[in-house]
Amino acid sequence: MTSEPPILTVRGLDVDIAGSRILTGVGFDVPASGVTALLGRNGVGKTTTIRAILGLLPDGGRVTAGRVTLAGEDITAEPTHRTVRRGIGYAPEDRGVFAGLTVAENLALAERPGHVHHYDLVHDLFPELAARRGQRAGTLSGGQQQMVAIARTLLNDNILVVVDEPTKGLAPRVVTEATEVLERAAERVPLLLVEQNLAVVRRLARSAVVLDAGQVVHTGDARELLADTARTTALLGVGSHSSKGAA
Amino acid sequence: MDTLVLLTLTGLGLGALYFLIASGLALIFGLMDVLNFAHGAFLTVACYTAWRTAETVGGVPGLLLAAVVGTATGLALAVVVELVLIRRLYGRVREQILVTVGLSLAVPALVQTVWGADARTFPVPDALSGTVGVLGARVPVNRFLLIAVALLVLFGVRLFLSRTRYGLIVRAGVEDRAMVTALGIDVTRAFTLVFALGGALAGLAGVLGGIYFGSLSPHQGTSLLVFAFVVVIIGGLVSITSVALSALSVGLVQQYANYYAGGYGDLAVVFLLAAVVLTRPAGGTGSPLLRLRRALAAHRTQAAGGTA
Repeated sequence: MTSEPPILTVRGLDVDIAGSRILTGVGFDVPASGVTALLGRNGVGKTTTIRAILGLLPDGGRVTAGRVTLAGEDITAEPTHRTVRRGIGYAPEDRGVFAGLTVAENLALAERPGHVHHYDLVHDLFPELAARRGQRAGTLSGGQQQMVAIARTLLNDNILVVVDEPTKGLAPRVVTEATEVLERAAERVPLLLVEQNLAVVRRLARSAVVLDAGQVVHTGDARELLADTARTTALLGVGSHSSKGAA
Repeated sequence: MDTLVLLTLTGLGLGALYFLIASGLALIFGLMDVLNFAHGAFLTVACYTAWRTAETVGGVPGLLLAAVVGTATGLALAVVVELVLIRRLYGRVREQILVTVGLSLAVPALVQTVWGADARTFPVPDALSGTVGVLGARVPVNRFLLIAVALLVLFGVRLFLSRTRYGLIVRAGVEDRAMVTALGIDVTRAFTLVFALGGALAGLAGVLGGIYFGSLSPHQGTSLLVFAFVVVIIGGLVSITSVALSALSVGLVQQYANYYAGGYGDLAVVFLLAAVVLTRPAGGTGSPLLRLRRALAAHRTQAAGGTA
């Protein structure tokens, strides 16, 4: 484990949505390098945790207790745009691609003033995006839209990239490509990754945080967790050899 | 033939006026989910300030200055309303409706208190008060002015939306406002800008409405706003061009029906609206009614959560 201070800390996070408690006392650290996987069965609060960190809870949702810090700065009650400008790249579960905008416009929108924009990196990782720069994002395949979503997170000099279910709904070949891209991205910037595909987690993640019923039930080394089939099955409801074709 | 030409050009002129009002309304609702019932009030106040300016200065220079003053009035009113009232009410659809409806009632009443309830004559310079012959029809010159200004505004708004960063933010915000903020963009600045742009267009429409009708009254803006809403619902939130085409359709249908169907132009517009709403495929993201329904549903969920 690294001794450097974590880039993101979450402490005692309670979240209510429409009057119902969704997260209770959620707390974990994201190290300043490598990939941290946020794991758990469907509906345990993984996406809500991400959205609470970013201030993107839906209408009727609010953080009722707890604290989130990014690089030592409190970002708990901060507007989303200000938190993101501190250096967070975010690729949501539904990819958040603007269907009516072209690929080039989707990328241009992510350009943050005062940053160097790494189009060379983006086009190196995703040469297809350069070829399709004038195409409307709504007409791209799911895999290509995921490329746009991840490319936007790498365009600026971020200190943390948050990616929610990047391989969901993708064909096995595209899952492998996306995993390779995330692996390369993780060499540059720490990643907080929500992922159900354990083969992808095994290949990418250094540490793991497991949620169940809105609470953290495990934190530790990701590979150690996945090597323990019985524990993985108990925590995630699937065997540690479960995969949808990745690594 | 000459009657058809006259009706068509007059309908296009009226459609141009509707477009100027509806374009601001559509931009505001599209980006901000704010159903701005005060839009007509902006138009009314702008029309009165333009009227006072045109009367004071006189002639073509007076009208040009009136256009500037009217547009600036609409812009200033919109900025003040957005900063002071609307900004506190984002995501609270019912409160927004109550506030903007309140303004739409209070402002004309205030105007009536200051300038009286009677209609006033809007001073139109000689150069714009005559007619020109088109295919045998004598068409009022001001119809061409309205059409030309609407085309310029359409061109300008399209340029703004397609070539500027704020235009990009507005187009993206219409699709997914939360994701725009998740890219680190302060969308409230875009809100103020769009509200200001909408107010300026309402102000310009107020001046041109004064020229088109040759008169102004405290409730002129409210009357025109009804048709602007119809235009927005028919045109949807797909693009500013769809709003322009919708505005022309409404203007033409109203004029033709007024002449050929014994003055039932307003009713014909209602039928057109019903036909479009009933035949439009459900679930399209461009439907303003669907957007409003979703916004109200979200508001209800929020309210339920707040009281649970």
